[in-house]
Amino acid sequence: MAEAMKQARGAGEPYHGIWSWLSTVDHKKIGVLYGVAAFIFFLAGGVEALVVRLQLARPNQSLLNPDQYNAIFTMHGTTMIFLVVMPLGVAFMNLLIPLMIGARDVAFPRLNAFSFWVFLLGGIFLNVSFFTGGNIFKGQLGAPDTGWYGYAPLTESAYSPGTGVDFWMLGIQILGIASLAGGFNFIVTILNMRAPGMSLFRMPVFVWMSLVTSFLLIFAMPVIAVAMFELTFDRLFSANFFNANAGATPLLWQHMFWMFGHPEVYILILPAMGIVSEILPTFSRKPLFGYPFVVFSGIAIGFMSWGVWAHHMFTSGLGTAANSAFGISTIMISVPTGVKIFNWLATLWGGNLRMKTPLYFAIGFIAMFTIGGLTGVTHSAVPSDYQQNDTYYIVAHFHQVLFGGALFGIFGGIYYWFPKFTGKLLSDHLGKWNFWLMLIGFNLTFQPMMVLGLLGMPRRIQTYPSGLGWDFWNMLATVGAFTIAVSVLVFMYNVFISLRRGEAAGDDPWDARTLEWSIPSPPPEHNFDVIPVVHSVDDWWHKKYVEGPDGVPVPVPAGAAVATATHGDAGHAIHMPSPSYFPLIAACGLPVMAFGFIYSFALIPVGVIILAVGLFGWALEPASE
Amino acid sequence: MEYAGTPAHAQPLETSTGLDNRKLLMWLFLGSECLFFGSLISAYLLYRDRSVVGPYPRELYDIPFTSVSSFVLLMSSVSMVLALAAIQRGDLRRMRVWLLCTALLGTLFLSGQAYEFTTFYDKGLSLHSNLFGSTFFVLTGFHGAHVSIGVIILLSIWVRSLQGKVKQSDSLNVELIGLYWHFVDVVWIVIFTLVYLLTGR
Repeated sequence: MAEAMKQARGAGEPYHGIWSWLSTVDHKKIGVLYGVAAFIFFLAGGVEALVVRLQLARPNQSLLNPDQYNAIFTMHGTTMIFLVVMPLGVAFMNLLIPLMIGARDVAFPRLNAFSFWVFLLGGIFLNVSFFTGGNIFKGQLGAPDTGWYGYAPLTESAYSPGTGVDFWMLGIQILGIASLAGGFNFIVTILNMRAPGMSLFRMPVFVWMSLVTSFLLIFAMPVIAVAMFELTFDRLFSANFFNANAGATPLLWQHMFWMFGHPEVYILILPAMGIVSEILPTFSRKPLFGYPFVVFSGIAIGFMSWGVWAHHMFTSGLGTAANSAFGISTIMISVPTGVKIFNWLATLWGGNLRMKTPLYFAIGFIAMFTIGGLTGVTHSAVPSDYQQNDTYYIVAHFHQVLFGGALFGIFGGIYYWFPKFTGKLLSDHLGKWNFWLMLIGFNLTFQPMMVLGLLGMPRRIQTYPSGLGWDFWNMLATVGAFTIAVSVLVFMYNVFISLRRGEAAGDDPWDARTLEWSIPSPPPEHNFDVIPVVHSVDDWWHKKYVEGPDGVPVPVPAGAAVATATHGDAGHAIHMPSPSYFPLIAACGLPVMAFGFIYSFALIPVGVIILAVGLFGWALEPASE
Repeated sequence: MEYAGTPAHAQPLETSTGLDNRKLLMWLFLGSECLFFGSLISAYLLYRDRSVVGPYPRELYDIPFTSVSSFVLLMSSVSMVLALAAIQRGDLRRMRVWLLCTALLGTLFLSGQAYEFTTFYDKGLSLHSNLFGSTFFVLTGFHGAHVSIGVIILLSIWVRSLQGKVKQSDSLNVELIGLYWHFVDVVWIVIFTLVYLLTGR
């Protein structure tokens, strides 16, 4: 029996070292790859932010000339959204979804590997643009410089003649393919791969939020794909989609971009909301307050996110009727969000709080996200938005939700699940340093930007004159940005030192509630020796505790939990998907094609052939999934 | 990549919804495609009658010709259904006939499109000429690309079947390409109605 198991696992791992990573189809390894790659991009995007803050620290500086400044803030935005927050969310989805629903892996392991490689190559492709603008050592940056939402007609060849925008539009197209493949995979996994008894309303909230996020992905990405194709045809084949001389309207771009862009905002925040919804109950030692309300709020957000896009366009002249309608829908979408915030607070209320680092970050998330959400409501009032539009108030608002929200949630998630996937606890002491430095740095950076915005400082300006009352606040924001950088260094040191000398975690260090904590840390490649049978929400908790006479949880006698979990066919060899290089090969075709579009059409067929070889090899491979 | 013994999990696991994973994937993909074509069609409709120079749709469209090629594409859906029915009852020879028939009808439709594109181009319509040219070629071009990919997959299955590598138990593969094929047909009906029949100025 053990021999069979060994052979089965041996079949899963014919490659070793780096080859086992290049050919892996294991959702846990892919999740780690996503996390590490996204973190490296996070450092790149962070350095870009620091350079921007240095340039703006004092008036009339010339660390960056206007062209460089445009390139740097564009790459900062594009990187942080497409290469950091999105893939970090996907990293958690990869790591957790199969474990939380009691599955062996995702539904399509090789498609999952394909998603990752496409994402990584797309991210590298986008950043290669830096080196294509001439001599980078003389400060000639070839990166796109039209802002992360690249409004047409600024992105048209006439106004952006270099290759920067080409890299941007093709890079985002490649990243979109990765997101689509990931979205399909996660939906099928969640709907189809649940363990016996794991009905939809017994799923952990993180899985629910992942499901909503995945649906947003598969419906939002095609819209941006079409917008990018239209831009591609305009730039490379002289089409007229955004050419006003031919009668086109630049509003088409704005509508399509924000039709994608607003669901995208929720793609970024929903996974973090899911993470927080897992951390709070565990560290309050209480069930999540109002589980169905949290779930339905998430679903409501998913639907409503399709009806608010024009609030990004209030000043573009849509007319009173459209502005009023989108203003109202924007106020409405704050309702389900507010419901969630109250549920989280009620989860903490009366809980037996254990003040560990993940809980610090989760509470930081609630506080910072609430401020971000409330500043968002001020934009929904159209006349107020007229004043705020294109000022630093907007910059402060979206960093408040995307950093104070999404990234705080993600850091909380890293502290929470790190022991599960490495077997080592992160240092709680360093974690709290990390948290306080980040919280203080964050508020020092972005609250001054609120003030700056209300004082009328426009966003996307390379420098500003003295004497407008902006000097002090800008310096404060720069000090804050470097404080955040220090907190990230503390985090990296914590990861480094904890991996080497960290406290062993054990299977369930937090006395948690969901299925991933019922198996060893790190989990075996096949996840569950025995597929669990699920009887309720927070099933693992209920296997450990029963309710005492006065409502206090009483531990189940040792051994009983295991006994109830037995499902019968323990010990059989577990069929693992075979590793494969074909996803990587297929993924390599895409950037080759993209380079072909920019430099020489002769490369396009080469890319197509690589892609086709990868796909046919994949389809005909004897491996079964 | 064989593993020892015949473990319990060697059979495809029963799914929670009872729907095969690959079939669910195909439905989700088609849902995503709706937004893709929806965006392209919206752009076309938004820009209808906004071209500032010709050639205009009314001068170019040959509705009888396009009706015939639309009919050809619709008939390919019938042969697709017959191919699926054939493999499901184990009649692999008929399946091959109908698969090939579907692929040929698809190719015939593509030839019609190629003819139409060249005719329009000769009359001065290009990606660059005006808004109509840009939106028309990109929309119908992406549809044609979808038909082409469908034809390639159909022919791949046909070749694999000639090699004897397609069994009755593989009927799901034919069902999946069928779903895709019918979807592409339905999109064409929408395009034919909104783009050709409601011609505009």
